[in-house]
Amino acid sequence: MLEAQSLECVRDDRLLFSGLSFSVSDAEVMQIEGHNGSGKTSLLRIICGLRQPEAGQVMWQGESIKSNRESYYENMVYIGHLPCIKADLTVLENVRSLLDTRSLALANSIIETALENVGLASYEDVQGKALSSGQRRRILLAFLELAQAKLWILDEPLTALDVQGVDLMESMILDHRQAGGSVIFTTHHGMQLDCEMRSVHLGHSNYQE
Amino acid sequence: MWHWIQRFSSPKHFYTMSVPLIKWFTVGALLIGLYGLYLGLFVAPTDYQQGESYRIIFIHVPAAWMSLFVYMVMAASAGIGIIWQIRLADMVAAASAPIGASFAFLALVTGSLWGKPMWGAYWVWDARLTSELILLFLYLGYMALQSAIEDQRSADKASGLLAIVGVVNIPIIHYSVEWWNTLHQGATVTKFDKPSIHVDMLIPLLLMAVAFKLFYAAIVLIRARNEALYRDRNRRWVRELIEQL
Amino acid sequence: MLKAYYYLLFRDLRLALRNRHELANPLIFFVLVVTLFPLAVTPTPETLQTMAPGVIWVSALLAVLLSLDRLFKQDYEDGSLDQLMLSPNPLVILVLAKVTAHWLLTGLPLVIIAPLLGLFMSLPMEAVIVLIYSLLLGTPVLSLIGAIGVSLTVAVNRGGVLLSLIILPLYIPILIFGANAVDVAMAGLPVSGQLLFLGAVLALSVSLAPLATSVALRITASR
Repeated sequence: MLEAQSLECVRDDRLLFSGLSFSVSDAEVMQIEGHNGSGKTSLLRIICGLRQPEAGQVMWQGESIKSNRESYYENMVYIGHLPCIKADLTVLENVRSLLDTRSLALANSIIETALENVGLASYEDVQGKALSSGQRRRILLAFLELAQAKLWILDEPLTALDVQGVDLMESMILDHRQAGGSVIFTTHHGMQLDCEMRSVHLGHSNYQE
Repeated sequence: MWHWIQRFSSPKHFYTMSVPLIKWFTVGALLIGLYGLYLGLFVAPTDYQQGESYRIIFIHVPAAWMSLFVYMVMAASAGIGIIWQIRLADMVAAASAPIGASFAFLALVTGSLWGKPMWGAYWVWDARLTSELILLFLYLGYMALQSAIEDQRSADKASGLLAIVGVVNIPIIHYSVEWWNTLHQGATVTKFDKPSIHVDMLIPLLLMAVAFKLFYAAIVLIRARNEALYRDRNRRWVRELIEQL
Repeated sequence: MLKAYYYLLFRDLRLALRNRHELANPLIFFVLVVTLFPLAVTPTPETLQTMAPGVIWVSALLAVLLSLDRLFKQDYEDGSLDQLMLSPNPLVILVLAKVTAHWLLTGLPLVIIAPLLGLFMSLPMEAVIVLIYSLLLGTPVLSLIGAIGVSLTVAVNRGGVLLSLIILPLYIPILIFGANAVDVAMAGLPVSGQLLFLGAVLALSVSLAPLATSVALRITASR
């Protein structure tokens, strides 16, 4: 489904990785490992197409993501470090505006159910500024569930989540895998996933031409 | 073909290949420049209206031409850098900006020196001087953006895009300033375009223009070499160079 | 695609309406700067009239410049910008939506308040009408070109001065023709040439600036 072909990444004159190749197929979960500053976030942003790799390319369904951006983005959802939550919009409006970027017009009842599932029942009309950072992350979980994407790319998805939140995230990933979806993620917290998992390790970099 | 371009445009290859070019450009710029200056300062006839002071055009006009030319080169190579990801093109663009800005500055200073005897003031809001000033601002904006962004790659692309936007705007800016000028000053005598120029003045002017171009070529190569060394300071070829010292 | 445009436009308008006090700031700034001039120079109607087109246009320019941050800053800081770039919809359309919202929130109010400033600067009626037309055609260009600048500088710390440095030279043609249209109208001469020029630049900017802005946003996201 997704294939990375000999990716190379340089940041601030430092070679983070090069010749990195891997592929992710349906119903596969992959963890990107590596110490701080090893380029995990950069790799995820390259896979999303937000960042240009120094060399190599990312393929989606056998085509470069540059040339079939539209179909790739319909099937992929990325959640990064930042909460994407507007302080002045209500929870419902926040989810809606996130879904709008994907042109998904869903009924209120569907969104409300999703919010319930992530523990935000009866929060629909609360403004973003009144939420804790954990609750903000939960909005993103609801968005993730509603986004109808095959591939999830999650950068530190457990940030700011409490124990129940972590459990919720884990079970969401398992469900997603069960349904044939795939996940690429990074985490510093121990994620206990009761399934087969592959990993890519970003090691120490060295300078090379 | 593509492979050949890639190989030829590698900073390492460029670093060695540019040495003889710099030599020849420098020699050419010196010889032609000296000859052009000789013709311009001693051989060309005195202007019946402006006396001897007109001779500053042999610096002023080529500098003004170059300031625009360098901007075009800068935008074109920035475009190549953005579209085809050729690092050498980015280096040439970044190396060109300060040179072009210096040409614009030189054109402004010589223009105002010339203006003093002509207009009785160092600065007059003449259309060409004003356009030149705006061009200098465009250069300064490019350089400011280039240095404000830390990541080299993004800095090149961002400032490169700005240069391209600038190139689209330059004709519009030029046209509006011309128009503004004729409107506010009536028919000002623009000293810079005489309907006909004596051939003894034209030849040194063209020689100086060629000399300036060669001078720019030499300087931009030297600066681009430095950029290559600095940007690739962690790469193997630069390290090997240092070890050989 | 059209839907994506409207959704984003309405989201931005709604966000702005929830922050009404911020909405008025560029407008107050505009009036305030224009007010400074009669205080700095003599307030005789003749002097004011000669200065008026330039003063009002320069103030409008600065007011738009100061409000440009609103375009992408918040979206960049909270990560929404990434989501916009990962939208299956063309980024150009989304950029156009954001610029439209920006113009409706800053440019249009400036146009609406302009007659008041014409009154302050003792402009005759014909000149005020031309002032409105010129602002109507010119301010969208300011938002469009400004968007390129903001998307290049949004990730730069303290990018405010830098933004004005790279954007102001590009605003010069608009300033020249906008102010001149008003000037000429006061003399009772036809202004169609100036307005046509502003219209042409507007057409050019609408078609090219969003493209440049989306390239710039991708460059910014790529660091």
